[in-house]
Amino acid sequence: MTNVATVTVTTPSDREVEVARMFNAPRSLVFKALTTPDLLLRWMHGPNGWTLTVCEVDLRVGGAFRYVWRKANGREMGTSGVFREIAPPRRLVNTEVFDEDWTGGETVVTTTLTERGAATLLTVMVLYVSKAARDAALETNFVAGMELGYNVLADVLAAVGGEL
Amino acid sequence: MKAVDYRQLPPSRLDATFAALANPTRRAILSRLATGELSVTEVAQPFAMSQPAISVHLKVLERAGLVSRGRDAQRRPVRVERKPLEVATAWLEGYRDALERNFRRLDAVLEEMKSVEPAPQHRGPGRSTRRRSQS
Repeated sequence: MTNVATVTVTTPSDREVEVARMFNAPRSLVFKALTTPDLLLRWMHGPNGWTLTVCEVDLRVGGAFRYVWRKANGREMGTSGVFREIAPPRRLVNTEVFDEDWTGGETVVTTTLTERGAATLLTVMVLYVSKAARDAALETNFVAGMELGYNVLADVLAAVGGEL
Repeated sequence: MKAVDYRQLPPSRLDATFAALANPTRRAILSRLATGELSVTEVAQPFAMSQPAISVHLKVLERAGLVSRGRDAQRRPVRVERKPLEVATAWLEGYRDALERNFRRLDAVLEEMKSVEPAPQHRGPGRSTRRRSQS
């Protein structure tokens, strides 16, 4: 691959997973792309043909969001949550729980945008209610689903310790 | 109870691999075996738990195909089996790729936004956050 930004996934603690990636845009635009339904609908799809089809964002503290992905066969899955902190263009904190709760309870997602010259570093930290919840999420295989696999990926990559 | 086939469940062998990996002690055992085969006693050595407890973890790993035991009747050394880890890693890489594909779509959206909107100036610390917190 060339020097394009690629996503990195780490597990800062037993209860957390962090995804980070650079974007070649000012953070105000990244913030907007992360919080504006019309823009989210253009990029925030899932793996294996899951398309984001419902996207509602009430961007204020205490406001809710709702996303629903749909597959060609008509299957749907949804997730929703509430905004706890909104500090454009640098920080966003929200709760999140999938309709089929495979994360073992609500997660708290902290999105941070950091200026790196003209570019922006995006980090998304997912905090589980407990280590047990995170591990339970692993055990029940939510992996394969919608959190885009990165939670488990991080764990497994940590487990194999770069040996592979 | 809703069906869950949207999750694209991995083959059951992968299920076993992930379940076995979803435990820090078992991951630590695998790391310990990365340098070569060990007896159960040697495996157990650094852990603050009994050898029988370690043996239970080893059984889970063995059932998942992540470790195997040697034939030597006395020692039955434990060794790591790389194949299932490689399969699991490859499978999960696919999901990381999916995440990356999302972000590439976001790259494209941002490029378009940049061409439409002039680059905003919000250099000053904490200046541009006025429109939040009417909360």
